[in-house]
Amino acid sequence: MRHLLSAKDLSHDEAVLILDTAAQMAATQAREIKKLPTLRGRTVVNLFFEDSTRTRISFETAAKRLSADVLNFSAKGSSVSKGESLKDTAQTLQAMGADAVVVRHQSSGAPHRLAYAGWIDCPVVNAGDGTHQHPTQSLLDAFTIRRHLAGGTGDLAGLHVAIVGDVLHSRVARSNVDLLTTLGARVTLVAPPTLLPVGVEAWPAAISYHLDEALADGPDAVMMLRVQRERMSSAGGGFFPSGQEYSRLYGLDQRRLDTLADHAIVMHPGPMNRGLEISADAADSPRSVVVEQVANGVAVRMAVLYLLLAGAQAPAVADDEMKVLA
Amino acid sequence: MSAFLLKGVAPLGGEPTDVRIADGVVAALGTGLAADDETTVIDGTGLVLLPGLVDLHTHLREPGREDAETVETGTRAAALGGYTAVHAMANTSPVADTAGVVEQVWRLGRDAGWADVYPVGAVTVNLEGERLAELGAMAASAARVRVFSDDGRCVADPVVMRRALEYVKAFDGVVAQHAQEPRLTENAQMHEGVVSAELGLAGWPAVAEEAIVARDVLLAEHVGSRLHVLHVSTAGSVEIVRWAKARGIDVTAEVTPHHLLLTDESARGYDPVYKVNPPLRTEADVEAVRAGLADGTIDTVGTDHAPHPSEDKDCEWAAAAFGMTGLETALSVVQATMVDTGRMTWADVARVMSGTPARIGRVDAEHGRPIAIGEPANLVLVDPAARRVVDPKAQATKSVNSPYRGMELPGAVVATFLRGRPTVLDGALVKGKVLA
Repeated sequence: MRHLLSAKDLSHDEAVLILDTAAQMAATQAREIKKLPTLRGRTVVNLFFEDSTRTRISFETAAKRLSADVLNFSAKGSSVSKGESLKDTAQTLQAMGADAVVVRHQSSGAPHRLAYAGWIDCPVVNAGDGTHQHPTQSLLDAFTIRRHLAGGTGDLAGLHVAIVGDVLHSRVARSNVDLLTTLGARVTLVAPPTLLPVGVEAWPAAISYHLDEALADGPDAVMMLRVQRERMSSAGGGFFPSGQEYSRLYGLDQRRLDTLADHAIVMHPGPMNRGLEISADAADSPRSVVVEQVANGVAVRMAVLYLLLAGAQAPAVADDEMKVLA
Repeated sequence: MSAFLLKGVAPLGGEPTDVRIADGVVAALGTGLAADDETTVIDGTGLVLLPGLVDLHTHLREPGREDAETVETGTRAAALGGYTAVHAMANTSPVADTAGVVEQVWRLGRDAGWADVYPVGAVTVNLEGERLAELGAMAASAARVRVFSDDGRCVADPVVMRRALEYVKAFDGVVAQHAQEPRLTENAQMHEGVVSAELGLAGWPAVAEEAIVARDVLLAEHVGSRLHVLHVSTAGSVEIVRWAKARGIDVTAEVTPHHLLLTDESARGYDPVYKVNPPLRTEADVEAVRAGLADGTIDTVGTDHAPHPSEDKDCEWAAAAFGMTGLETALSVVQATMVDTGRMTWADVARVMSGTPARIGRVDAEHGRPIAIGEPANLVLVDPAARRVVDPKAQATKSVNSPYRGMELPGAVVATFLRGRPTVLDGALVKGKVLA
């Protein structure tokens, strides 16, 4: 694995390796001294063209726990807002000695361009691009599901995950459909027809327009997607009539929560719109693993940085270190 | 003026013969023609002779974006591609919406001398789609504009479109529509379908083109005007045009080389060299436009040659400009997709790339003529057996945004004659100023 651009690029075995590595990383995070020496002397650049405090902090924490130096570069207040191109920004950062670039960009495919346009030659990690992919989010989701529902090892064969909400604009949904199905899970997408992309029929997922029917099918995990309030306005596309109607038809509330199987978990990539796609009852219920998802995000990102920066280039050292980690 | 004798060439791909060019016209035809001392002889064995190509759809970018292309560089590219006439689209800066700007472009074309440049006039002031530009003044100018288009933008307002269709009848003009319903394509990046769903790029649905084509053919019927539909890209548009023609509506349609060859699959690498408007469609659409071109539903191949400087393509997809170059590859793409596949003859190629576009643009007194004695010697000599790998940096166009980069294409232009003077010989531009 040279880059991590899309969950679709991961084979079954690569995905399981990342999850297994993340489990080892997570174990180290329970210790008093959380910092590992693995990436000492390496520089990870967080290149964020789109505001995302959560994801940036998660990647920053992951890199620092591996002893890497971290440069945070956010587009706001930087030369990018003065019209500098993605190409020039990336080349500048590489010239400053970046060993890996973690990129968040509002344009789908921007990380792919960084990786393959010939501008720079270090590993690129996609931290979310437009409405395309957010592979580390799907990895942390898979990690969380595996922990709760698959004994914390292997893949997700036989499990059923419902993903509910704005699939059209969601990189989280795309990444999860790819990764969860690669790991053997069955996925049902639940959304009003306006929030499903034309072409979704080619995805390896079932489609439902009715949340109650999808929940009656007994999913093991229900993943609620964030719905941006501006999508209902006519300027925002007019995708649904009102927040109230959306909540009634697609919101996860106490009544719907009560229909779930005892073991079923509730997930959300955050930040939540309480009262729109998820009620406070559901968000704070014992089934909710939302806070745990955040914690798992650090372990998964540690695993990804480790495998990209230490794994491929120094396998022998990596093996030793893995023993230390284990 | 020097004379040329083309030995053993195949006019329109037919029986080989000799063709003598002198005094700007085809002076003699027939086997065994003799050359005198003043005559340059070209061995045309295995070569096809076509009328000089006519493009109804070229972006020369001048005035305003001389960093992308100029009339000089764009017409050099045209000559190398076998063209003797190009229609320069109006979306320049300033927009070609007045007699002054169209005359400037026309004059720049005359000064360059590599091909006849016919400016296209904007339909509406500043391409804003609200108020008709002074179409009559442009028609009456030295540039004698007959083709009007807001290309790059759609004349979306049905009343403005109706008025334009009606108004240009007074001077035998035609409105060339860029069919794109604007509300259905806000922020659109690529064809809406399976690939856009996966790539997370905002979709440009086929219906946004088809809805306008359907509306416009009905408007053209209602007011009894002729309509030209630019860059038809979807199977549905082909069906609508076929229906309109069967109904007797005076509509003509164009397809670009890239819509004959490439599909939305090329967007997968997010390389904006494949970003174009209308977008590359599906395999089924490619098959439909090929079939439409072969059966005459689609009348012309227009390049939509759209040069852009590298900074407008060397970036992320959404930030990139729409468009690709095409003048120097169009004939090869048509050969690859239509001739070598057995769907069209060279005579058909002459029809869709020369004769019909010349007639639509009302430049058919000079261009798109039969290859016959006394006709203007606007000619192109093609070697169909040649194969070449496209190197955008080696092209005459100022820009390198060719989607065929690195691709091997059949056919090569050996020579181009503009009124009997060679602009291209041995596949290279003729040195020195060519006086038209």
